[in-house]
Amino acid sequence: MKALLFLVCLAPLLRLGWRAFHAALGANPVQTVQFQTGLWALNLLLVTLAITPLVKLTGKSALNKYRRMLGVFSYFYALLHFLTYLVLDKFFDFHEIWKDVAKRLWITAGFSCFILLTPLALTSTDGMIRRLGKNWGLLHRLIYPAAILGVVHFLWLVKKDRTAPLEYAAALAVILGARFVLKASDFRR
Amino acid sequence: MRRAPGDPKASEITPESLWLDRRSFLKAAGLAAAAALSPRLVGAADFAGGEKPTPLDSITAYNNFYEFGTDKESPARYAPKYLKPHPWSVKVEGLVGKPKTWSIEELSKVFPSQERIYRLRCVEAWSAVIPWNGFPLSALLKKAEPKAKAKYVAFQTLYDPKQMPGQNESVLQWPYVEGLRLDEAMHDLTLLATGIYGKPMPAQDGAPIRLVVPWKYGFKSIKSIVSIKLVESQPPTSWNISAPPEYGFYSNVNPEHDHPRWSQSTERRLGELFKRKTLMFNGYSTEVASLYKGMDLDANY
Ligand code: HEM
Repeated sequence: MKALLFLVCLAPLLRLGWRAFHAALGANPVQTVQFQTGLWALNLLLVTLAITPLVKLTGKSALNKYRRMLGVFSYFYALLHFLTYLVLDKFFDFHEIWKDVAKRLWITAGFSCFILLTPLALTSTDGMIRRLGKNWGLLHRLIYPAAILGVVHFLWLVKKDRTAPLEYAAALAVILGARFVLKASDFRR
Repeated sequence: MRRAPGDPKASEITPESLWLDRRSFLKAAGLAAAAALSPRLVGAADFAGGEKPTPLDSITAYNNFYEFGTDKESPARYAPKYLKPHPWSVKVEGLVGKPKTWSIEELSKVFPSQERIYRLRCVEAWSAVIPWNGFPLSALLKKAEPKAKAKYVAFQTLYDPKQMPGQNESVLQWPYVEGLRLDEAMHDLTLLATGIYGKPMPAQDGAPIRLVVPWKYGFKSIKSIVSIKLVESQPPTSWNISAPPEYGFYSNVNPEHDHPRWSQSTERRLGELFKRKTLMFNGYSTEVASLYKGMDLDANY
């Protein structure tokens, strides 16, 4: 099962590689890569967040096993997304990048999301989870602001048609709402 | 930057269309006032510094044409299916001595087609090199005899949600409108284009007739035009109505004036991996800078 999920998570990258190999990434391949990696970082981030409420709703605690892989893959795509920007968009021009991060709120949001996700990915090993103990859970609450910043990044970057980012915003609201409601009902019990 | 006619580099690109152009030119020269045409404009004239044009399949696969959807692929998918570029007519109206509704056939008969290779810079920081077929807008405007009061030219795209399903969505106000100052419209670089690579204009690129203003961001080059109106005051323009701080009336390519959400100092040519520097007026400073002498281009973005 885990191996299958691994392949599913890898599929978007394989597909990009396949399209690149066949020169089928469209007229602006770099933008296609930028879009696809960003979308999959966000998709997987939302799926990761949806696991806990799904477990509570369905009682299928086996799902918990997959949470870590989903989260790490989300970061993997965020990293590719950032590297695309760093290398192909700005070519290591850190001055330009700093100007972008400081001046353009949508980049600020994407960048902050990426920065928040970094320690989460770094502390996802068994060893780190053990070492951090209770603090691990505290640290990993960073996923909430990160997810919100990811969606805000998407909302602010589109030129005109906000349909897609609004769908993501709605999905995030449902997931966070479900988590909140289920948590509150845990308390009452 | 400009090359002489018959320059081997430029003419190699589309020998077939060049032949057609020559033939139609000869025919037109016999028919109409050939005196208005300087012979060096016959055939492919390179205004892109010898750069190789972007392949046709990129030019027809990657478009902004919100009348057919907001992503880059929708115009190629829907425009050829829904848009009916024949029959088509263009009204030249407003403050002119001789208003007239032109059919496309008449236009191409009266105004011989030239091939010109221009750079195209989109406001979204991508760019291309395109061999247009068309004629200077000034030729058409002169025929209409603008009145002294006319200071601007207002353009309008077709409004017909049956042919342009994107017009059912309210992403922009429809119909799409654009405008130029009269001196910009009369500039020799400003084209009315009816084809690309010697072929009739593909639907997704603005069939059957569109504007091309190579020193301005692409959205100024309005597509599928049905009306050209001479007016006294600055006409409204679609993207400016939609987001005034982001898109000004002038929208000249200017690497020093950033879009609020992204830098305009670099651009990516379709087909290239890394970005390159954006040139002032998209590299047409020699030709057009004088139009804006004394103007604050940062304030008049
Ligand atoms: C490290 C900092 C980041 C930078 C510099 C950055 C930059 C970008 C850029 C340049 C684009 C393309 C915009 C365009 O061409 O219109 C983009 C799109 C996008 N990014 Fe990011 N991003 C960052 C982090 C993130 C993160 C962490 C996520 C998700 C968790 C994300 C999700 C997205 C999405 C969903 C899109 C839009 C894709 C589409 O329109 O189809 N980004 N980002």
